[in-house]
Amino acid sequence: MLEIFSELADAAVFHGLGLASGSALGQALHFFVEDTSKIFVLLVIVVFVMGLFRSLLSPEKVRTLIGGKSHGAGYVLAVVLGAVTPFCSCSSVPLFIGFLEGGIPVGVTMAFLITSPLVNEVAVVILGAVMGWKMTLVYVATGMGIGILGGALIDRLHLERWVEEYVWKLRLGQAALVGVDGSWRTRVSYAWGEVRGIVGRLWLYVLLGIAIGAGLHGYVPQELFLRYAAADNPFAVPAAVLMGLPLYSNATGVIPVAEALIAKGVPMGTVIAFMMSVVGVSIPEFVMLRKVLKPKMLLFFGVYLTLSFIVIGYLLNAIFA
Amino acid sequence: MKTFKVLGPGCKNCQTTAKLIEEKARALGIEAQVEKVTDLAEILGHGVMSTPGVALDGKVVHAGGVPSESQVEQWLRT
Repeated sequence: MLEIFSELADAAVFHGLGLASGSALGQALHFFVEDTSKIFVLLVIVVFVMGLFRSLLSPEKVRTLIGGKSHGAGYVLAVVLGAVTPFCSCSSVPLFIGFLEGGIPVGVTMAFLITSPLVNEVAVVILGAVMGWKMTLVYVATGMGIGILGGALIDRLHLERWVEEYVWKLRLGQAALVGVDGSWRTRVSYAWGEVRGIVGRLWLYVLLGIAIGAGLHGYVPQELFLRYAAADNPFAVPAAVLMGLPLYSNATGVIPVAEALIAKGVPMGTVIAFMMSVVGVSIPEFVMLRKVLKPKMLLFFGVYLTLSFIVIGYLLNAIFA
Repeated sequence: MKTFKVLGPGCKNCQTTAKLIEEKARALGIEAQVEKVTDLAEILGHGVMSTPGVALDGKVVHAGGVPSESQVEQWLRT
């Protein structure tokens, strides 16, 4: 079914523009046309469908679901729900406080916040369509694993002392669960609103990601990657992670870049480590969380994520060698 | 006169929400005061965890995103 996008690109670039399929420009443009059409069509469909069912899951419901669970079950539930619960990134802070106030441990709350940018349903569908299900499965599993382990570590080390004191004094008022109008008419109009809002927010990241991917695909020779980014270069993984840290994109935008890297023969572990470091660590998120977390906790958070991305990179490269 | 509070730390969605209410009120010729609440304690005190939330005359009527135009219209007309 997804071949139509490749055929569309064939028709537009090789027949329409008459570019040779072996030329750098032809390759790059083909990549650009195929990925732009494929990713945007999927993006609209997935966001629309999720919008229809969004009222089923909200941070308020998640809080009730996780509250009162044992620690072990709490972490697993937190990362799964973190992956599928939509919330505006500036809700991180109220959400953090709301969770703690509901008696949810700091570690479980952090597990939720770690996984939420790394794994989400839109990225999973697009990753599956672009890179195949094997890599998607590995990506989702490692993303959730990093969330669970990070949360468990925070609780085990009793890092709740690195949460700002005032946070513990705040009280959540009577939960204002607003009655949701569940009629299909409202749902459809809501879902369209989501499509407009989310695509409006993401399109630039996605287009930029595709442009970078297309440039790599058409113009950067494979030998370059084989020389510097092959699995036998021990510095490739940490270098990829360090390069990704200051970059920020969302999970969907980084996929076309990853696609081009994989096609150039960069090993999967290195690519996943790079993707996660671009997506999972962002300066705006850290600035926001500074309101509730002491600098020590932010440092721990940043170092933990960086190290775990590097370890994951090596581990996957060893497993899938 | 109706008093709206837009509850949120001040992100883009919060601004969009406040603007939406102001514009709708002007379009309908209904007098409304829109206040942006960015203080965390007050936001949480309203029981709002996912922002932006909207309180109409002190009562929370919405949380977790930009409200739809029809919703805003409904609040203004009630």
